Amino acid sequence: MQTNKYRAGLTVLILSLLILPFALSAAGTAWVRITNLAILFVFLSLGLNIVVGFAGLLDLGYVAFYAVGAYVYALLASPHFGLHLPFWIILPIGAGLAALFGVLLGTPTLKLRGDYLAIVTLGFGEIVRIFMNNLSQPINITNGPRGITLIDPVRLGSISFGQNDQFFGLVMSGPMKYYYLLLLLLLLVIMVNLRLQNSRIGRAWEAIREDEMAARAIGINTTRIKLLAFAMGASFGGVAGGMFSAIQGFISPESFVLTESVMILSMVVLGGMGNIWGVVAGAVLLSFVPELLRYTVVPLQMNLFNRIVIDPEVIRLLLFGLALVLMMRFRPAGLWPLHARQREFDRQAATQ
Amino acid sequence: MSHLLEARSISKRFGGVRALHEVSLTIRQGEIYGLIGPNGAGKTTFFNVLTGLCPASSGTFSFAGASLNINAPHTVAQAGIARTFQNIRLFANMTALENVMVGRHLRTHAGVIGAVLRSAATRAEENAIQQRAVELLHYVGIADRANDLARNLSYGDQRRLEIARALATDPKLLALDEPAAGMNATETAALRVLIEGLRSDGLTVMLIEHDVKLVMGLCDRVAVLDYGEKIAEDVPENVQRDSKVIEAYLGA
Repeated sequence: MQTNKYRAGLTVLILSLLILPFALSAAGTAWVRITNLAILFVFLSLGLNIVVGFAGLLDLGYVAFYAVGAYVYALLASPHFGLHLPFWIILPIGAGLAALFGVLLGTPTLKLRGDYLAIVTLGFGEIVRIFMNNLSQPINITNGPRGITLIDPVRLGSISFGQNDQFFGLVMSGPMKYYYLLLLLLLLVIMVNLRLQNSRIGRAWEAIREDEMAARAIGINTTRIKLLAFAMGASFGGVAGGMFSAIQGFISPESFVLTESVMILSMVVLGGMGNIWGVVAGAVLLSFVPELLRYTVVPLQMNLFNRIVIDPEVIRLLLFGLALVLMMRFRPAGLWPLHARQREFDRQAATQ
Repeated sequence: MSHLLEARSISKRFGGVRALHEVSLTIRQGEIYGLIGPNGAGKTTFFNVLTGLCPASSGTFSFAGASLNINAPHTVAQAGIARTFQNIRLFANMTALENVMVGRHLRTHAGVIGAVLRSAATRAEENAIQQRAVELLHYVGIADRANDLARNLSYGDQRRLEIARALATDPKLLALDEPAAGMNATETAALRVLIEGLRSDGLTVMLIEHDVKLVMGLCDRVAVLDYGEKIAEDVPENVQRDSKVIEAYLGA
């Protein structure tokens, strides 16, 4: 009974995810793009969730790994260096390099916790961004603040994701193709996360979050396990960055500022630190609501007052702040906190 | 009986404070060894040095016939010494079962790739971990609380859970830091049965305890620390009559 209901729900969810881009493109291709960016933010939130939610290490510089992934893609698939590698080669490189940066950040911060760790990671995020801004001299690597343009779209065989195509009479725009690719990647990312959480490694992360000294005393090599969390979390950021480059076709250091890190952290916290589905929900919510406001606030004011009284950006920040305050008051553990979930271990095993 | 643990001239200074001074002791295979002394005598410091939580100023340990590398706590646990804490340190937001499962970390191997691919080997290992954890919960008598969060357990059950988690690391020596602290008479009696059971199952136990009745009834041998120095080491009956011990406790 229960599983039947569950299966029916799942089927509906999958079907609606599959036809979503067609429905959205009726409202405008912009909405498909917005959805794609939302999926990227889900990637980022899930990556950050490994560090913050599972291992309990506050990271305010997460956007640095996003930047690393994005720049790796941009440099290896654009006229900037004249390299045009296929995306399925670049994405693993980006993920690997981001993981390396994760270890680079993790190593000096092993003994830090809480506020102190937050400050160092914040600095790290800024360092990476400033490097991207200034690595145009003496050798031009990143092209500085002007950014990198004309980045190759994803290509699969003869299908380019940068243009429209027709499949079986259905017109598929570039963003729609990206949507399906991202959906596939998202499925993979969620599966990896779920499996990691319910594994020996996931339990060790949780143990470190709960009580580091006790974790060490029962024989967990906390150095290695923490670095693993940084590296795993960073690699998701790297993948998201690569896809961002391909979708946008243009990147500059401006896309990787501190507020992005804060936004990703807000998604994790709003959804419920440590709970994968909560984090997904948080990321989707915080990606879509501002866009909805953007498309409703202006027409609404025009209708009511015939002019724009309050700038939509102001309303967005106002509501964002209000939402955080309300959440801290009523649901401090997030909308969907970790231990509201049913335990996966069945009671029978324990009482047999 | 052969020696399991030998501590040679262990000293520990915190700035000008001499927390431990030239403490040497030997623990024999299969015994329950009590470490007692007035407050601030250095008992917990000895545990912390032994388990690698704070390094000794000088002195060496040998354990199970080899010298013990106490650079990091996880190497000590690897060698076969498990401990509990005076102020219980469980993973509060994990279930009792998960707490014990974490304890198996040291003796299992699955990494990220195994976890993601969920290979046959990983699944078999996960099953073994869970099975062992359930066994241990049964062993300490809290199997019915397996799916409760550790923080929701009663105080006595939390103590038991901490012991189960320590046992999950397959220790040769179990070091218990005041396991009866805060327990009522019934809980203490049950704890005593549990510790005696550990001994009859071949485990060596080292025990810090304030409850004199428990120590004297349970331990095969007792060492007394006072101001960081060992002032006595003998069977409980002799220690009780030792004039230095009486002086240290009563200040007479």
